[in-house]
Order: sequence, then structure tokens, then C-alpha cells
Amino acid sequence: MTALVKLSGVGKDYGSVIALRDVSLEVAAGQVVCVLGDNGAGKSTLIKIIAGLHRHDTGTYEVAGEPVSFASPRDALDLGIATVYQDLAVVPLMPVWRNFFLGSEKRARFGRLDVEFMRRTTRDELLAMGIDLRDVDQPIGTLSGGERQCVAIARAVYFGAKVLVLDEPTAALGVKQAGVVLRYIVQARDRGLGVVFITHNPHHAYPVGDRFLILNRGRPLGYHDKSDITREELTALMAGGAELEQLAHELQATGAAEAAREVEDETRSLGIQDP
Amino acid sequence: MTAALTEGAADERVARRNPLRRLLVRPELGALIGAAALFVFFSVTADAFLQTSSFSTVLYASSTFGIMAVGVSLLMIGGEFDLSAGVLVTSAALVASLVSFQLTLNVWVGVLISLVVTLALGVLNGLLYVWTKLPSFIVTLATFLMLAGANLGVTKAVTGNVASDSISDMDGFKSAKRVFASEIGVVDHQIRISARPAVFTGPHVSITVLWWLLFTAVATWILLRTRAGNWIFAVGGNAASARAVGVPVARTKIGLFAGVAFCAWFSGMHLLFAFATVQSGEGVGNEFFYIICAVIGGCLLTGGYGSAVGAAIGAFIFGMVNKGIVYADWNPDWFRFFLGAALLAATVVNHLVRRRAER
Repeated sequence: MTALVKLSGVGKDYGSVIALRDVSLEVAAGQVVCVLGDNGAGKSTLIKIIAGLHRHDTGTYEVAGEPVSFASPRDALDLGIATVYQDLAVVPLMPVWRNFFLGSEKRARFGRLDVEFMRRTTRDELLAMGIDLRDVDQPIGTLSGGERQCVAIARAVYFGAKVLVLDEPTAALGVKQAGVVLRYIVQARDRGLGVVFITHNPHHAYPVGDRFLILNRGRPLGYHDKSDITREELTALMAGGAELEQLAHELQATGAAEAAREVEDETRSLGIQDP
Repeated sequence: MTAALTEGAADERVARRNPLRRLLVRPELGALIGAAALFVFFSVTADAFLQTSSFSTVLYASSTFGIMAVGVSLLMIGGEFDLSAGVLVTSAALVASLVSFQLTLNVWVGVLISLVVTLALGVLNGLLYVWTKLPSFIVTLATFLMLAGANLGVTKAVTGNVASDSISDMDGFKSAKRVFASEIGVVDHQIRISARPAVFTGPHVSITVLWWLLFTAVATWILLRTRAGNWIFAVGGNAASARAVGVPVARTKIGLFAGVAFCAWFSGMHLLFAFATVQSGEGVGNEFFYIICAVIGGCLLTGGYGSAVGAAIGAFIFGMVNKGIVYADWNPDWFRFFLGAALLAATVVNHLVRRRAER
């Protein structure tokens, strides 16, 4: 089966800064690929390349087997690659339904907007995701973070996305709302979409992911199938055992013995203590 | 859909907003209340205010600023300013007048050439904004200064005077005056359009009032019922988000600057055919009055929120204050003081409204 999206050895520089180097990744239909990494690992750059906001400098980017180099997000959208950004790409003061159809407005005759259709569709699509908005005219800024996230995902799915790229969709959410969003990721996968799920939280990634790409300082640190990595190993790779130990030392130095012991225990239990 | 899922999502619903609160976040509401209050105030304090003749004067003043406020408010909703709007009106009038007079053409030819030139200047504002990525405040401040200088310099070089020559006896002047600067009113129980106010036996009002209402209606339709309108709100509310979902941000903004230019052209034509001659130094400072009309009408200075109807109400407030002070026999020197107070009050109200809408 051809991968929907395939990156091979992709790299990107911003002037003298190497933002990304040698990243390879493959997403097939009905598959969730998680991209994990700490701040500055290159996750955002990777997203921007996939979404068509930036062009890659090295390597190849293929969509359904065809090499591509996007000039704008519109090109990516036209090939079915929809990106839901961290800031969600919504306009807070605009009504929910206008946000839902923004950039892909449905028009009736004489260029008039088909407002009734758009209102109804927005309401129905959100209902299908379990959000009951009686008033789709309220500014989207009045919705909760989880709801906004779901509107953005519903929008991408409605507009025929084949690949859903989600940029830290659970980062700003509480435990319960993050759970709701994770459920939609699984739902999208079951509908046959390919999902690229970017996160820095291995506990969110592990339950839903089929494959895991870990980035560190712009380079891939590992690319694993779910079958050959445990949640603990994933967490260890993400956090970096040495850094946790460093934290334990620092806490000890400041006299926070209790906290230091906790961090040490954590390190030991993860099996990432340096010899 | 499982029951648990529906239930879980239902817990996250936001509180329902009651109808009163929904009404309160309409952009025009503050201005409407203000307009009603001012109307009552001047009706009580100024006896002449409610006479039909003085009320048409109020409407006339409102319309001349209101026509410009249409374009300026749309641009402001799109997140930008045009400080060159005031002198652009004069430029438009000068181009039509100088071209017609110097080349001895039918004035309609001058009118059309002026339309092309003025729209080009508007597009240039937009292009400069897009190319330089500087704030539109700076870009249009520069074009404002350049146009103000050019208006004066070119007029003096061509006519040897600070005003353009009168075109009142040229071909096409009469028909152009009917379109841009006549009066509509009652003559012997019939509604007629005439360039000579003396013919009217009943109440009459400047034709610019009709154009003002028409432009406001068209702008409202564009804003609320077309794709372009959606884009205007989006580029003003969050340009980065708009770009990410495929909205042509640069094209939308350039179009908005062209929209201001179109209104400036129309206002320029009114100026020219009302007086037949144009003072080349005119228009400076008016750009702020247009912005004030839009802001009083509920447009956010930061973009993304507002309405053309609001801007029209803002212009009406402007007209009432402008003329009402005269009818109330107050010292008109205080006009700007009241305008400033109205602006301050409107901005505070708008700020509160937006905080509510965003919550």
C-alpha cells in the first residue's frame, strides 16, 4: 500500500540555523503516526513543511507516491492534507459557522453565501462529534479549548482530508478534554484517515499511535513501531534520562530532598538511570 | 455515537447566552443608543433642529462623511487604516477637473479617468502595504503626505493657482451634477431630482444621502452575505489563521484599499460638481473624521469586528454634533471637543463589548 504522506531525509534551514535534518516518516490510511519531541525539537518546522507553509530544502516529500513541493497551504489542502494548528487557525471573534467554512465558503447563486446550508452543516457535523451547539452564531472564542479543537478537526474531516496533521492538540487541555480529543483521533483513524499527531506528551501518544518518531534538536532520535517500544521506553527517550537525573541533583542542592527522591524513583522505575 | 461520548461532550458545553446579551454584543448597538440620545438632546435644546430644512442639512453633513466611512470601516474591519483617504478625495476631484479643463473634454471623460487614477492610487496603497510589510498607518501616512504635496504642486503648475479652474460651463457638467451633487425632494406632490434647490416646494435632501444609504446597504451585503465579507472579517481578526485556511490575505487587503479609493472618488466627484472648482489644499484632516465615524459606529481599531451600518450611524452622530451645535446656538469652536468626547465614550464601550464577546 502506498503511503499517503512520505518524507525521506527531509531537512530545512532557516538561514544559519538548522531546524530539521534527515527526517523520514510515513503515514498510511488508517494509521496514526506520533511525532514526539521537546520544545525546539523541530516539530513545528516538520508540520509547516507537511502543511505547505514552508518548502523543504533537502530530501523528498511524496504524497500518494508523487513528489511534491508546496507553494501554499492551499496546495496541500487540495491534495487532502489538512493541518490543525496549535492556535487552531480560527478567528476568535467570528461565529462558529463562519470559522468552519472559512476559506472554503459554500456559495449559492450570484456569489451569495449559502448561510442556511453552512449553519446547518456546522451544527450537524459538530453533533456527529458529540458537540451540541444550539447557537453556531456565537463567536468561536467563546468555546472551550477542547470544543475549539474538535471544531477544527471536524472542519478538516468535512472538507475531505485524507491526512490529518494535528499540532499539539492536547497541549493546552485538561485531562478530561484531552481524552475527548484523543477519542476523535481514534475516530478519524477508524474512518480511514492518516493522522500525524504531534505532541510532547508520551502518555497521550502511546495509546493512540501506531508508530512513533522522536525528534531531538532537529534530528530523528528513533522511529519505532508500537510493537517494538514500551510506554516506559518511549517516555525515557522523550525525557532523556540524563536530564531527569540532573534535575534530581539540582533539587537536592536546593534542599528539596523529598522532591529529589521522587524524581530519582521515577528515573529508576523508568529504567533510564545512567550506570 | 455512544451514550458516554455524548454525555461527556454535553458537560463541556458553554453557558447559553441570553438574548439580551446577544443583542449587547452587536457592534452597532452602542452607537445606536448614542445616536438616539443625541437626537433627543438636540431636539429638546435646539428649536431649529427638528425643522425639515435643518434636518436635511444634518443628513447632508452625515452623508458626505458617511460615504467615506463606508470604505474606511470595511478597511478597518480588515485590520488596516488609510490616512491618505482625506486628501485622496481632493486628488480625485483635481484629476477629473484638471483633465477635463486642460484637454477640453466632456467632463464625464475626466470623471472616468479620475476613477481609474484614484483606484490605482488605492491599489498602490495596498501594494505598498503588502510589499513593505510595514503597518498601514506608516504606509498611508507617507502616501498622505505625498498626495497632499502633489495636489498643491500639480495644481499650481497647471493652473498657476491653488484652485482648479471652474468647469461649470463644460460639456456634461449638468448631467454629472445631477448624479453627484443634486437634490431630491418634493415639487408639487411629486418626487423630483434637481440641481437647483430653489425649485422644491416641499422638503428636499441632497442626493448624496441616497448614495450614502445605498453604499452602506451594499457594503453590509458584502460583509455579511459574500465570501469577500467573510475574508474581510478573517484578515482583520487573525491574518495568520486566515492565511492558513487558504484565504488570499494580500488580495483581500488590496481590495479594501481600493474600496476606500472608490469612495474617495465618489466623494471627490461630489465635491467637484457641487462647487465646479476644487481647492487643492482641501481634505487634510478629514481622514480622522472618517476613522472616528467608523470607530463610534463600533468598528474595532484592531480589526476583525464592526459593521457598515455602525459606520453609517457613526456618521449620523458626526453630522448631528456638527450641525446641532450650530442650531443650539453654541460656539461651534467646541465641535471638536464634543467629537473627541464621543470618540472616547465609543471606544470605551467597544472595548467592553469585545471583552464580552471574547469571553
